[in-house]
Amino acid sequence: MLTWTIWVSFIGAGVIMLMKPEKKDLIRWIALVVASVGLLIGLFCFFTYDLGGSNYQFGNGDGVAWIPQFGIHFKVGVDGISLPLVLLTGIIAFTGVLYSWNIEERLNEFFGFFFVLIGGVYGVFQARDLFLLFVFYEIAIVPKYFIIAIWGSTRKEYGAMKLVLYSFAGSALVFIGALALYYTADLPGGKTFDLDALASANFPVSFQLWALPLVFVGFAVLAGMWPFHTWAPTGHVAAPTAASMLLAGVVMKLGAYGCLRVAIMLFPSGMTANVTLPLWFPAGMSGLVIHHFWSSVFAIIATINIVYGAMVALVQRDFKFVIGYSSVSHMGFVLLGLATLDLTGLKGSVMQMFSHGVVAGLLFAVVGRMVYERTHTRELSELGGLIKAMPFVGGVFIIGAFASMGLPGFSGFFAELLVLIGTWRAFPWLLLPIGIGIIITVAYTLRTIHKAFFGDRRNDMTKWDHLAPVTIQEKVASLMLVAILVIVGLYPPILLNMVDKSSDQFIKHHVKPSISGNLARQ
Amino acid sequence: MLWLILFLPLASFVLIVFALLKRHTLAAGISVAAASLNALLTLVAISHPDLVAGSSITWLALGGFNVEIGMQWDPLAQLMTVIVTCIGALIHIYSLGYMREDPCRARYFGYLSLFMFSMLGIVLASNFVMLFMFWELVGLSSYLLIGFWYEKPSAADAGKKAFIVNKIGDFGFLLGIVMTWCVLKTINFQELKSVVPAYLASHAMDGGAALSTIAIITALLFCGAVGKSAQIPLHVWLPDAMEGPTPVSALIHAATMVAAGVYMLCRIGFMLDYAQETLILISWIGGLTALMAALWAVVQDDIKRILAYSTLSQLGYMVMAVGLGSSGSAMFHLATHAFFKALLFLCAGSVIVAMHHEQNIWKMGGIWSRMTWTTATFFCGMMALCGFILSSGGLSKDEILFVAWNTNKTLFTVGTVGAFLTAFYMGRLFFVAFCGGPRGDAAEHARENGAVMTIPLLILSLFTCALAWRKGFLVDAIHLIGGMHEVKAPGLVHILLVVIPFVGFATAYAMYAGVGEKDPLSPSLRECLATKFYFDDIYDWVIRNIQGAATWILGLWDIWVVDLSVKLSALGVLVLGNLLRCFQTGNLQTYVIYLGLALVALIYWGIIHHCPL
Repeated sequence: MLTWTIWVSFIGAGVIMLMKPEKKDLIRWIALVVASVGLLIGLFCFFTYDLGGSNYQFGNGDGVAWIPQFGIHFKVGVDGISLPLVLLTGIIAFTGVLYSWNIEERLNEFFGFFFVLIGGVYGVFQARDLFLLFVFYEIAIVPKYFIIAIWGSTRKEYGAMKLVLYSFAGSALVFIGALALYYTADLPGGKTFDLDALASANFPVSFQLWALPLVFVGFAVLAGMWPFHTWAPTGHVAAPTAASMLLAGVVMKLGAYGCLRVAIMLFPSGMTANVTLPLWFPAGMSGLVIHHFWSSVFAIIATINIVYGAMVALVQRDFKFVIGYSSVSHMGFVLLGLATLDLTGLKGSVMQMFSHGVVAGLLFAVVGRMVYERTHTRELSELGGLIKAMPFVGGVFIIGAFASMGLPGFSGFFAELLVLIGTWRAFPWLLLPIGIGIIITVAYTLRTIHKAFFGDRRNDMTKWDHLAPVTIQEKVASLMLVAILVIVGLYPPILLNMVDKSSDQFIKHHVKPSISGNLARQ
Repeated sequence: MLWLILFLPLASFVLIVFALLKRHTLAAGISVAAASLNALLTLVAISHPDLVAGSSITWLALGGFNVEIGMQWDPLAQLMTVIVTCIGALIHIYSLGYMREDPCRARYFGYLSLFMFSMLGIVLASNFVMLFMFWELVGLSSYLLIGFWYEKPSAADAGKKAFIVNKIGDFGFLLGIVMTWCVLKTINFQELKSVVPAYLASHAMDGGAALSTIAIITALLFCGAVGKSAQIPLHVWLPDAMEGPTPVSALIHAATMVAAGVYMLCRIGFMLDYAQETLILISWIGGLTALMAALWAVVQDDIKRILAYSTLSQLGYMVMAVGLGSSGSAMFHLATHAFFKALLFLCAGSVIVAMHHEQNIWKMGGIWSRMTWTTATFFCGMMALCGFILSSGGLSKDEILFVAWNTNKTLFTVGTVGAFLTAFYMGRLFFVAFCGGPRGDAAEHARENGAVMTIPLLILSLFTCALAWRKGFLVDAIHLIGGMHEVKAPGLVHILLVVIPFVGFATAYAMYAGVGEKDPLSPSLRECLATKFYFDDIYDWVIRNIQGAATWILGLWDIWVVDLSVKLSALGVLVLGNLLRCFQTGNLQTYVIYLGLALVALIYWGIIHHCPL
């Protein structure tokens, strides 16, 4: 039944697309219904997921043959890692519709593209066939271009083009990797794209060593991995509010999810194998042996993400760019957790995906919708003293900001703690730069709060006296996101129990056997 | 019962923040009622131990590893809870008077309740993760309260600074917890008590490796205390934190929160016993803070800042006591200090309100004849702070110095010089602000502020004195906490410690009694101490330059690496496209030639390389 999230979104997109753009209220309400159906199905499955049952649930068993000549199946299902992300997609879609309530221009097309994107995202998180996953992944990329280029602001064509080019470049890498592994896999059942079958293929280590970075980097481009992150801030800034929520909230998670579900699951040995670098050495030495080569490389890059993103966020003048770079920084924690290949780190990484999805959605909503569309400026130097004019907005932003810096009581705290524990086990020496990153995170967050909401009104005391009041849709959506942050923060097992179970399975079935004692960290 | 004590302030906070932000009187009433009820409940819990059941619920189970929400009600927690709730209740009442004209009172009382909740959480926590969560929350409420008047840029900046500096220490603390989690496999204090010796025993063969692991863990945990208890080099946030309302300074930045670091060190005292290196580090950091902060206090002119530096200095004594292996005497001093320092701050607040928010002591003078109650209670607190014989502060400080005499003579000297300076700068404050003639109108017209403010002063001064005269209760509690041995020191040391405060006070009298509007201290000395040994300047420099350098490097990176590579690839595509355009002539003959050439090439490869076509 979870598959209905995909179909409902696509059907909804079609229906809305065909409606007359003048019937604005009807379109809005239909969009809200479509989004709520997805959210409710997600919620229902989230709470009925059987912790004692099999790993993959709500699927269609071994799938339906789709293009049997190439071993392509329509095979779906979710485990405890993808189910929270499906729920996250529902949450962001629902609140995204609420925050888009004020859009007037070409409304039917907007929500049409919106739900195509949502449907694609739902599909990626549920697909258990590599080809199917790739198809949904591509479906999710295309609508972004139109949403940003038509309804965006601030160099919107440039931002949209950059985003799509980066996305497609990443997809191209993934596609090459997918073809390579399709032809390399030597399975008794013949050629197939079935992810579970491929995972048992035991690719030769030499193959994994070059296919892994191809696929991992291909997906990680979309997760904002340094140095391929530059699409993220410009894209986020150019996008309309609902689209930046989607981008930072779920699309970046698509990349990270792909890294986990495809790259690491199929090529675990590629992550952990040792590599001898052919460096010149004095006679008698053969070269520099790097243990867990790609795992270390990606962990270092993820750390750069954390520190670099935070440092750049610290010097931004545009409110939205701060949040954009903070997303880059926080995605570093996700990638770092993945790169540790440690059970605790993996759990932290999944939790961080969920947590950051909600936080980023909330912050972009505050900045893009609630502040920018009222003040018509995002320059931090021109804002100031907003908390008096908009106490609700200020309060929501401050809560979101504290959640994003990982304050206890919010979901981000445990996510970061678990990633740190994983890092401690795998790469303890990385903790120092990460610490610096965390402290800079506090610094830029407080700087932004103070510049935008506290302080004086910059010489013009009447500046904010005539701002439009906060609408009921904005209030509902904001309170919902805040409530989720607090609930998960105060009672993490609600999320962690299923993540725990499936991460355990993941490490046990995919990572551990291929390492065979190579990485005895547990 | 403990759950009630913990969650009562939270309920008050939630109620105020979500429903009563505009109903100021009601909000204040609820907050004060919650705090007072809490104090009563604590006293009941102390006297009826059978009502209290330490309990815990599993909060998070991660593959065999459990994080619990649990309560711990050992003598250490009991003592600290009494301190926090009693002083908290009095300061809530006092705030009614102090904040009576503030337009945002409701928010203030809401934050105060949040603080009480998080502080009690630290005190009652039974494991590291729970402790850390409340530790951060307490930092948050401190940030909110320091920046309570956020429209004042200095207050907003001070809040920011406090939060960031604390975060630095907290990251070390977090690493310590992560390391405990990974190495010792438990984070529960009770379990750790048996796990640490077992761990050491099982790794006895590794030489010193296990011991140095414990030393590293405890040193990392100590980072948290350095931040929270404002020890050198992370002390810079506390003096700035005086921008907050004075009752906040009294409660959070003098009596309770800043003492949380010391409390945490006493909590892990059993681990510290195995880490001699860390103990040495702790004792020296504490000793240096005690001495340096006392030196800086000598040249401050703001009444609250003098008290803030004296708090730093006293916290230094406590940390030093922990480092010397005597958690008991550290807690003893923590207890007495909490009462007399809260008292001193509230007196200062009373003076500040009467002076219409003037805080410079050189504009005061002659307060004693106009504000008798305030002066009398201030004198009482000052006696304790200076460590006069038969005062509560004197007893506890002497205890620490006796320990120092027996373990480390250098630190004893440092502590004794600090004690002299304490009496000196407090004498200076007293003679300048309270004695002599009034300097200006505000001092001329200073009056007492009514019962709601003076009664808490009286109660606190009663406590301050009572702690000295009826110290039996306290000493029993301290003995249960342990670490305080029967300390023996020669009679000469006793006499020295009795005389030192008198000498300091007398010196201050000689220099400052009847002084005019100018500090008679030699200008060069004054200047030297006023630099505060450049800690702030160095940090400012580092931050400015790192930020500048980062901007510069990242700017260059974006232009030369990212953009350039994108542009180059765009250029590459363009060149390739133009190249290919040359072949698209639109001329049929040309295409036939291409076709022929291709055919020739294919045949060539087919024949020469025998490839099946």
